[in-house]
Amino acid sequence: MLTLIKDTLTSQVVTLWRVFSHLWVKADTVEYPDVQPYMFPRWRGRIILSRDPDGEERCVACNLCAVACPVDCIALQKTEDEEGRWYPEFFRINFSRCIMCGFCEEACPTNAIQLTPDFEMAEYKRQDMVWEKEDLLIDGTGKYHDYNFYSVAGKKIAGKDKGEALNEAVPVNVRSLLP
Amino acid sequence: MTFEVGSGLSIGVILATVILIAAMLIWVERRLLSFWQERLGPNRVGPFGLLQVVADMIKIFTKEDWVPPFADKFSFVLAPAIIMTVILMSFSVVPFAPGVGVVDSNIGVLFVLAMASLGAYSVMLAGLSSDNKYALLGALRAAAQMISYEVFMGISILGVVALSGTFDLREIVLAQEENGWYVIPQFIGFVIFLIAGVAESHRLPFDIPEAEQEICAGYHTEYSGMKFGMFFVGEYLGLVLISSLITVLFFGGWLGPGFLPPIFWFALKSFMFIAFFILLRAAIPRPRYDQLMTYGWLFLLPVSLLNLLITGVIILSTS
Repeated sequence: MLTLIKDTLTSQVVTLWRVFSHLWVKADTVEYPDVQPYMFPRWRGRIILSRDPDGEERCVACNLCAVACPVDCIALQKTEDEEGRWYPEFFRINFSRCIMCGFCEEACPTNAIQLTPDFEMAEYKRQDMVWEKEDLLIDGTGKYHDYNFYSVAGKKIAGKDKGEALNEAVPVNVRSLLP
Repeated sequence: MTFEVGSGLSIGVILATVILIAAMLIWVERRLLSFWQERLGPNRVGPFGLLQVVADMIKIFTKEDWVPPFADKFSFVLAPAIIMTVILMSFSVVPFAPGVGVVDSNIGVLFVLAMASLGAYSVMLAGLSSDNKYALLGALRAAAQMISYEVFMGISILGVVALSGTFDLREIVLAQEENGWYVIPQFIGFVIFLIAGVAESHRLPFDIPEAEQEICAGYHTEYSGMKFGMFFVGEYLGLVLISSLITVLFFGGWLGPGFLPPIFWFALKSFMFIAFFILLRAAIPRPRYDQLMTYGWLFLLPVSLLNLLITGVIILSTS
């Protein structure tokens, strides 16, 4: 009996007081739409397609992102322009499937596909969750400002022949006997 | 039409105020709970979230009011009406301030206890008519809990009744004007009444009949729409009733320094207890069912009987 009373006083009443004293502790809540949280630059949010410093599409439609995607939410079709540059005819991301894992960004050989700190992507209609290339493509370079795939790649395009890329040696003529 | 005890205007105003306060408690409880849990709570709808009640009301009125096909329709519909009626009836004997009240019954205390007992019917009928195992479990627990805790609830008030010599709640308040608040001579009675009140209105930590985590809302599992809303508001009405009864019986009702109107003192004291009940919910975990019954019968019953005995001895030896 006495221990019960003692326990009640020491345990229950102290508990009540401890909880009550939280009245003058500042709330942890971030009032989100009014107060925007700080988003880290490497946050994996909305996916974009970036352009190279010359303003051309970086994407070369290699399909590596679509292969890497664990939920198969990326669909694209490769085509080629008259200069010999590869680019996607269409590029479609179904954001209702996307899990923002960032595997596509890791797989991308040209830094074209990138994840951004934007996460406010709610839509009223499910169909609006499917983003086409014109929705995904941005005007800037994204996270990598200087990278230009065709200026370093060995691929021959109009105005840049084989061996004219940066850090690229002129190709060896294997049929010549000259040193 | 005059504003006096028992006039139509007085009845209407009291009924409207009590129901409005019970509805506002939905917001008050969520807000206070969140402050004690370092959150902000509902603060979006209207200033400080005050209109959250309106939003909740619109939601609950427009919800589908579904009666399960396997339920016993008559008692299923009757049950939520009983708890509202019974608790609103109890408010009729509560003296809010001089000249404010519905009736000054000379059996006020007994009337409140009788109405509290009838409240058990609501819960039992709801659970039995739902034809659902969780509801049945909830109803079983509710019936046992309410009937058990009524015993000590009654006995704990008897000390106050013996001291004031009347069952009339208004007379009890007036007696406290001369003798001082009964919380001082009847402190044990006050504590037991508080605990029994929590159990009687099945609020946390004694919300065993409706324990969400164990038996998913217990006796009102099958209820939806406004029928559920009536249980919900009924629970808050019970909370207001218990708080105002504690104020009347132990804390001198409307008595207080004269610079504020008496009804304000009554409201302030009652709100203190409402806030305390919400604090209980925030702080104390729910006991097991058998712990609740053991605590009631083996601890509260002897203590309340002892309290009554000692009170009687003191009254007899001093008179």
